[in-house]
Amino acid sequence: MAVKPENEAELSAGVAGARGPLRVQGGGTRGFQGAGELLETGGLAGIELYEPGALTLVAGAGTPLAEIEAALEAEGQRLAFEPMDHRGLMGTGGEPTIGGVVAANVSGPRRIQVGACRDHLLGVRFVDGTGQVISNGGRVMKNVTGYDLVKLMAGSWGTLGVLSQVSLKVLPKPETQATLAVEIADAGTAVRALSAALGSPFEVSGAAHAEGQALVRIEGFEGSVSYRAGRLAEVLAPFGAVREVAEGAALWTGIRDVLAFHGVPGDVWRISVKPGDTAAAVADFGTGQIVLDWGGGLIWALVPEGTDLRARLRVPGHATLVRAAAGTRARIGMFHPESAPLARIAEGLRARFDPRGIFNPGLMSAPVGA
Amino acid sequence: MEMPLPDPAILAKKSSLVERLRAVLPGDAVISDEAETRAYECDALTAYRCPPLCAVLPSSTEQVAAVLRICHEMGVPVVPRGSGTSLAGGALPTADCVILGVARMNAVLETDYNNRFIRVQTGRTNLSVSGAVEEENFFYAPDPSSQLACAIAGNIAMNSGGAHCLKYGVTTNNLMGVTMVMMDGTVVEIGGAHLDAPGLDLLGVICGSEGQLGVVTEATLRILRKPEGARPVLMGFDSNEVAGACVSDIIKAGVLPVAIEFMDRPCIEACEAFAQAGYPMCEALLIVEVEGSEAEIAHQLGLIKEIAARHNPVELREAKDADEAGRIWLGRKSAFGAMGQINDYMCLDGTIPVSELPFVLRRIGELSREYGLDVANVFHAGDGNMHPLILFNANEPGQLELCEALGAEILKLCVEVGGCLTGEHGVGIEKRDLMLHQYSDADLEAQMAVKDVFDPQWLLNPAKVFPLSVSQARRAPRPAAA
Repeated sequence: MAVKPENEAELSAGVAGARGPLRVQGGGTRGFQGAGELLETGGLAGIELYEPGALTLVAGAGTPLAEIEAALEAEGQRLAFEPMDHRGLMGTGGEPTIGGVVAANVSGPRRIQVGACRDHLLGVRFVDGTGQVISNGGRVMKNVTGYDLVKLMAGSWGTLGVLSQVSLKVLPKPETQATLAVEIADAGTAVRALSAALGSPFEVSGAAHAEGQALVRIEGFEGSVSYRAGRLAEVLAPFGAVREVAEGAALWTGIRDVLAFHGVPGDVWRISVKPGDTAAAVADFGTGQIVLDWGGGLIWALVPEGTDLRARLRVPGHATLVRAAAGTRARIGMFHPESAPLARIAEGLRARFDPRGIFNPGLMSAPVGA
Repeated sequence: MEMPLPDPAILAKKSSLVERLRAVLPGDAVISDEAETRAYECDALTAYRCPPLCAVLPSSTEQVAAVLRICHEMGVPVVPRGSGTSLAGGALPTADCVILGVARMNAVLETDYNNRFIRVQTGRTNLSVSGAVEEENFFYAPDPSSQLACAIAGNIAMNSGGAHCLKYGVTTNNLMGVTMVMMDGTVVEIGGAHLDAPGLDLLGVICGSEGQLGVVTEATLRILRKPEGARPVLMGFDSNEVAGACVSDIIKAGVLPVAIEFMDRPCIEACEAFAQAGYPMCEALLIVEVEGSEAEIAHQLGLIKEIAARHNPVELREAKDADEAGRIWLGRKSAFGAMGQINDYMCLDGTIPVSELPFVLRRIGELSREYGLDVANVFHAGDGNMHPLILFNANEPGQLELCEALGAEILKLCVEVGGCLTGEHGVGIEKRDLMLHQYSDADLEAQMAVKDVFDPQWLLNPAKVFPLSVSQARRAPRPAAA
């Protein structure tokens, strides 16, 4: 049986009255099959406030991402952190919701320039494991009034509470973009090229490596973009012939959604490391197909089913299992193990926010097979 | 401002505490002489003072851990201190606490331009972080006004911002990792040179927690390549409303300046008298700065001037060279000094939705007349972070209390219009008792639950952030003396 509250009060009552585990779901585009009764947030929908002049938007957690993006588009604005659409990669249907994006801190290629989803999240309302409604942050750009539970909720995958409302910082959509490409086969050289671009003053908003090409994106006003494209071509010239890509926008959607792995069998891992460690990490994986984003700091790896890349990651960072058969997920878990003291803190926080352990039990804290 | 009474049992064991601290620290790193501890009796909120039991100045993470283990065992509260520049009393001691100053820990540990980060000990000052990467044309973005003196430790504790955070964000957006010592002496590493957390975003909740969850001893900070150039334009308007509308129009037009600073008439007059920057005498003044190459700057300033022109500015002045740019910023940068010369002042830090700017400025004017205290406004308009300066005479009995009452009214106003009590200074003791206007009991309970997990005995930075009435039950039962 599914529970689909239509407002925060119903959500609160539903959680308070729950007699067993709840599987919290926004649009269901990431295909989890966890235990427990399904709790859908899709009823908590609608944009509640949008002030383009203040760069802020407040919406119910179940609001479809598409609805938010359309409202922003009409005012020439956007969610700058560029959240990915998981459907192609996961082979799922459903409608991505803003709550789902926030709960997993989903951030795309522009993360290296403007920050992650959590950096654009100004406030949250959520219901904790006892049914208590809690508010933190607000709808202003700068806020140090009390502890920042907003960040804590972003990326907590519904294990601390169920989001009912989020407020976000939005940004102007630039006039135009340009994408430069250089043929580079190996990850190490590609990362050096991307680092050179990112270390320049030319405000790179995307730096990826896919299918043998290092890709660099810049955005802004027309004149500024063409000037910076010219200067960046000089920066990249030592790495090979630089050309401008015609269909840049579509290309970056493909990077964001990891188009290269759509429909290709295998497990997909998402690994975050220091860009300078990427080549070594990829060599240690010893298998699979690789796409790099975030200047090389984000590795997307397509590997044979059941491969546990966490065991092969020898540099500082972390690996998350994004796509795998339900059985593999259940067996090895999705997340990277934390150091003992941090795991203790995380468990302590979960015990306080969800004392009955009913939210997505085991999702973030599943024991990890060595 | 009410502070909890010191615990006589702790005061009584001062000598054994000092003896134990001396065993783990160099001789000059433990300050217990009553005259010398006075140096730590307050931070930049000088209206409140209280010498600590003693102060320690460790020079490594290991020493910090040793100090905290001792204090944890003996049940002694610890107040961490960066450079003591908090305007909110974030480092105000209690008489039964140990001040843990990180000033001696100011080394650069690692600089990595390819991966664009720097790792420093947190006693290092904000400006000297940028200084350490300047020769490669990099910088550390958050730039609080106190950047010459304030420490990264305090920046992390208060999630400090600055004039340029409209484009670059505040501390939390530029902090990649920390080494932190928990109250029981456990050293934890959170984040690092890679992005985002594998599990819960603990870094996010530590930043801005006012030193109540742990003592951050090392930090990995994002560094950025400097822009090719930057240039400000100065605009004067004959009303606050019009200037506010201009700010909103600039943002809506898709221009994202690095800074939009706003000054009202009382502030303009004081700055002009102090710094002679050549500001026009008008009701409201905006300084808008953009970055990029010469052509990019010209293009953006062209757009901004076009928008400004629609609002009939009484003055529109673009800096033609570095000297003129310097003069445009001169008045703004000396605003606090200028105020300090005329009067004692209290600097508030409420943040409001930008759309509420004209209304809030009008209400502040009314409240100012009601209380009979002048208020000058200087603030970061792009992100709605206001800095009303309430002028008063500290030597006149009753004026401080009157000033605090007016300050509380203004902050409540900020909350009423959808804003918050503090944008970048922190709650400290100053705004502690106003927290109930911003948050419900349940909201505060959730925040205190976080503190319970990190510091179960509530020994770190006591009596800050949460109203005393709300935290009473948690603070009261101190563990028995070891």
